[in-house]
Amino acid sequence: MGFLSRLLGRREPSSREIAKQRLRLTLTYDHIGISPQLLQILKDELITAISKHVPIDREGVKVTFAQGEGCNRLIADIPLLSASRER
Amino acid sequence: MPARVITITSGKGGVGKTTATANLSVGLALRGKRVVAVDADIGLRNLDMVMGLENRIVYNLVDVVEGRCRLHQALIRDKRLEGLYLLPAAQTRDKSAVSPEDMIGICDQLRDDFDFVLIDSPAGIERGFHNALAPADEVLIITTPEVASVRDADRVIGLVEADGKGPTSLIINRLDPRMVKRGDMLSTDDVVEILAINLIGIVPEDEGVIVSINRGIPIALDDRHPSGQAFRNIARRLLGEDVPFMELEVPGFIQRFAKFLRR
Repeated sequence: MGFLSRLLGRREPSSREIAKQRLRLTLTYDHIGISPQLLQILKDELITAISKHVPIDREGVKVTFAQGEGCNRLIADIPLLSASRER
Repeated sequence: MPARVITITSGKGGVGKTTATANLSVGLALRGKRVVAVDADIGLRNLDMVMGLENRIVYNLVDVVEGRCRLHQALIRDKRLEGLYLLPAAQTRDKSAVSPEDMIGICDQLRDDFDFVLIDSPAGIERGFHNALAPADEVLIITTPEVASVRDADRVIGLVEADGKGPTSLIINRLDPRMVKRGDMLSTDDVVEILAINLIGIVPEDEGVIVSINRGIPIALDDRHPSGQAFRNIARRLLGEDVPFMELEVPGFIQRFAKFLRR
């Protein structure tokens, strides 16, 4: 089956790749001390706070971590709803 | 020259701390160094069995700490190898019988008489781990290529750094090149990339290790086993020798065929 799916160009990620990806994510959370649950709470509260003042695309909001040299970042990507141009 | 004190630790249990301590001690003694292996796992002593010295214990580390004997009385000389000694743990006590200061004191006494003091840390990150870490000049982190072990290694690396200890190097134990090749095991590169510390050795999976522990004869004493060779290589790297990593890749069909033609 492995041979056949390779022949057809379909390829599931290997358990090695899955392990690596899971470890990366888990260690990021371990280092920052923020759980995925807390991240969701932050996201919900950001949406509530910002949408009070600016119309935003709630579905498109992304809150993620980035690990940098000596500094970790919490990145919130909040798309604004495209309001029709007013004169 | 005073001894280098090296602590072998991992966080997770069962990944090979004791086996590594025994075999690196043997590897260093084979290079003519005076070595004492210290079992810091108070209450769960095992280094004596892995080294095959369990029947010769009279006093232990806690006896030294509590003044029932002098340090040199508790050291067991390994008759197979010139310059190799064991300081066993107590089996009937617990971690609270020893403090980090006690460990520093004992290692300071050993420094004048030995080239290396290798400390076998208990699993976990509690009292026993801090006891083992306190006197360390250098730290060896041992992990297997499995998610739980790598995660714990990462945690321990963080704690070692927070304690201002180091330099810290990594040993990857029980690597199975065939599993890596078929995509079912983290590779050396994967683990090094995730943990981002200096790699000092890769020990291949080897049934011979269990047999050697059954017999109480460390595998580094045996020339026939790749894992014994890997441990001896790590010992040489600790001595500053430039020893290339062993070729652990599984030869593919074409390489095997080419090798066959060259015969």
